[in-house]
Amino acid sequence: MLRIAAFSLFALFFLFPLYAMGDFSTRAPGTGARTLDAWKNLVADDVLFGGIVISVALAACTVAAMLLVLVPTMIWVRLRAPWARGLVEFLCLLPLTIPALVIVVGLRDVYLWVTYFLGESTLTLTFVYTVLVLPYAYRALDAALSAIDLNTLSEAARSLGAGWAKTILQVIVPNIWSGIISAAFIAIAVVIGEYTIASLSGFENLQVVIVQIGKTDGATSVAASLAVLLFGVALLLLLSLFTRDRKLGVEAEDPALLTPAPTVAANRGADA
Amino acid sequence: MTKGGVGRQVRVSLPLAPFLALVGIFLLIPTVIVIVSAVYQGGQFSLDRVAALAKPTALRALWNSVVLSGVTAVVGSVLGAVLAYLIVSSPPASLLRRTVISLCSVLAQFGGVALAFAFLATVGSAGVFTVWAKANLGFDLGSSTWLYSLKGLILVYTYFQIPLMVIVFLPALEGLREQWREAAVSLGASTWDYWREVAIPLLRPAFLGSMLLLFANAFAAYATAAALVSQGSPIIPLLIRAALTSEVVLGQAGFAFALALETVVVVAVVMIAYTMLVRRTARWLQ
Repeated sequence: MLRIAAFSLFALFFLFPLYAMGDFSTRAPGTGARTLDAWKNLVADDVLFGGIVISVALAACTVAAMLLVLVPTMIWVRLRAPWARGLVEFLCLLPLTIPALVIVVGLRDVYLWVTYFLGESTLTLTFVYTVLVLPYAYRALDAALSAIDLNTLSEAARSLGAGWAKTILQVIVPNIWSGIISAAFIAIAVVIGEYTIASLSGFENLQVVIVQIGKTDGATSVAASLAVLLFGVALLLLLSLFTRDRKLGVEAEDPALLTPAPTVAANRGADA
Repeated sequence: MTKGGVGRQVRVSLPLAPFLALVGIFLLIPTVIVIVSAVYQGGQFSLDRVAALAKPTALRALWNSVVLSGVTAVVGSVLGAVLAYLIVSSPPASLLRRTVISLCSVLAQFGGVALAFAFLATVGSAGVFTVWAKANLGFDLGSSTWLYSLKGLILVYTYFQIPLMVIVFLPALEGLREQWREAAVSLGASTWDYWREVAIPLLRPAFLGSMLLLFANAFAAYATAAALVSQGSPIIPLLIRAALTSEVVLGQAGFAFALALETVVVVAVVMIAYTMLVRRTARWLQ
């Protein structure tokens, strides 16, 4: 009984603001009538829609870059360069200790060079976002790689004449799908919600646009914020259900995968 | 070593190059720039920028940041531990539990700006709760600007600190074996004895460690505060924003580096303490 009462109080504290966002974003100003104008702005408002498009593109680029860099590196470290495994793990988990706020202060000089070579596209944020998602991606991929016999798989493929590219893409990747999906989903959630680095280095992503619009049109910003939160919950819930159904040896619903703490998962990785 | 040996070493190391380049350029170099720029000015070692941290504005921001992080870490870890206990005692694979954990991770880590708007919609001047309270309870929340002050930040930060505690503390709670309770009970302990003599001493390092993690998390959090407070810089992260966006005007070039150094030092010290505490938990959590 006490348990239900306590749980209800928590539910009230956490769900009321979400309900309030729904109510606030559908309220017509002045009158008590309902309107979906704020929600229509997600598509109708050019600036907001532009922000959505750029953040989705950033998420896609970040996922691609993360997989392209991290998957071969982690496989290589396990097979051919075990001396570097500790280093790679340390570097991957480092962004948990160095806040984004600190990175962005030192990033200005770096981005002078990036924009010099690549132009002033918001998509150049892909680089630093790839670093931001490393801890989460590393844990998801590490758990998946620990669950398979990587040595035997790669030796079998190589002895049958497959090159490294073929071994990784056609033999190893299909066996670590659950880890790849986890890494990708969490990376998408991080990128869609990112504000600190974009705003302080002068780029306009979805969150920056939401804050700008909020100065004149609160309802639209509240609608967009609620949409982002619901999208995130749906993404993680889907991931948790997906990995359960596939039963591929990795528990992506394991909250430790999402923990912003360096050592708990590090210990788990070591004994897995 | 033969020439072939060196060549082999290079061949083995080469595939790591893209990863090392990415992390080097976009994580290590920015961090080094922050540290070096805080104590070097015009090619010379100088403590001017660090000394600026002792100015009243910076000290007040530091104090506010410590209060904000401290209060929300304590409140968040106590309430979060209770919520984590409620979640652990529910069936492990239920949809409710999955939904609660997904919601917790989103609120704890990916919320940012959205949480600021959640509270503007709830207790802002035209917020749903404000309007309702005015009509039904007869008190006015909206006339004051408390939401934009430290009090408001404490409320909003608690909203993401509790879920964060749930996520970091859940593995420790799940590590408590049912057999330990049975063993204690079979030796004549009451449930209260079990908690006092077995469970709480076992969980204490994880609990204190999580509290430190929450402190570090709040200290370096930026997005929610930045979206909520558009004028003034009551806390360190917002002072960094001010220094970054108006450094030329105010002639405080480089002050952001000193503030960022201060942040990274505070966070690093707290995280080292956290690591030491969690190592003790890890021994029995495996």
